[in-house]
Amino acid sequence: MDSILHKEYTVVQDDYVNAGKVSSDIKSTLSEIGISPKVLRKIAVASYESEINLIIHAYGGKVFLDVGEDGAVYLVFKDPGPGIPDLEKALTPGWSTASEKARGMGFGAGMGLPNIQRVSDDFHIESSPEGTTLSLVFRSPV
Amino acid sequence: MRAKEIADALHAVPLTLWEEEHQNHEYKNVFATDLMSDALAMIQDEEESTVLLTGLCNTQTLRTAEMLDVRFIVFVRGKFLLDDAIEMAKNMGIVCLATDYTMYDACGRLYLKGLTGIYG
Ligand SMILES: Nc1ncnc2c1ncn2[C@@H]1O[C@H](COP(=O)(O)OP(=O)(O)OP(=O)(O)O)[C@@H](O)[C@H]1O
Ligand SMILES: [Mg+2]
Repeated sequence: MDSILHKEYTVVQDDYVNAGKVSSDIKSTLSEIGISPKVLRKIAVASYESEINLIIHAYGGKVFLDVGEDGAVYLVFKDPGPGIPDLEKALTPGWSTASEKARGMGFGAGMGLPNIQRVSDDFHIESSPEGTTLSLVFRSPV
Repeated sequence: MRAKEIADALHAVPLTLWEEEHQNHEYKNVFATDLMSDALAMIQDEEESTVLLTGLCNTQTLRTAEMLDVRFIVFVRGKFLLDDAIEMAKNMGIVCLATDYTMYDACGRLYLKGLTGIYG
């Protein structure tokens, strides 16, 4: 894939103060290169849900943003664990293991992954105790 | 309905900029929740004319609105934003009001005024 734009970010576990900053930057970066508001909103929603998952469920992680020559947007969220034991359950709307603290911040509805799946054009998730990798593609009409 | 009429119906006070352009902005529907993932899953269009009503008073509410392009939040049960959150809302161009009414009463009042849910 020839990327016309590449960015990497680090997300820190339990860092509620900065939660959302990465997605905010991704949204404004993509806005600048002319992604339409409707597609942009889908990307922002998926990115934010994924970023929050790294903060509240994983030991933090990395986010990779790439834009292809055709305008497709690629997002990868990679964390070093603890992994998702049962992916099928995790993808079921309403299923959540979120902590009290995460719930207090407005999360833990068990809607994140189903929602990410709904708004993305390609959704791929792999998980083991060594970590979870979520890869998303958004194709924007150009 | 104009933002000003919504504020009046809820006896709400502004926490952020509240100029005439903000007061005159028209809103058509309301989404009420304390769960940000619900808002992220449900609000899909017309975000410019959607009011977010919530009891969740922290910066994640603002981030959620930012991702969705929602521009108007009413905090219920007399909750207030901390100063740094107010600053953040201003920078994002999000208008925030606070009302003493509970979620149920606030929803009821707006419904009576003719505002519907996001699916009409
Ligand atoms: N990166 C991750 N690492 C480990 N577990 C995860 C990760 N992402 C999700 N999970 C697990 O999958 C479950 C479902 O995730 P999902 O995002 O759908 O809901 P949630 O985060 O619990 O609540 P919401 O997203 O509605 O705030 C989580 O409760 C958690 O157990
Ligand atoms: Mg989640």
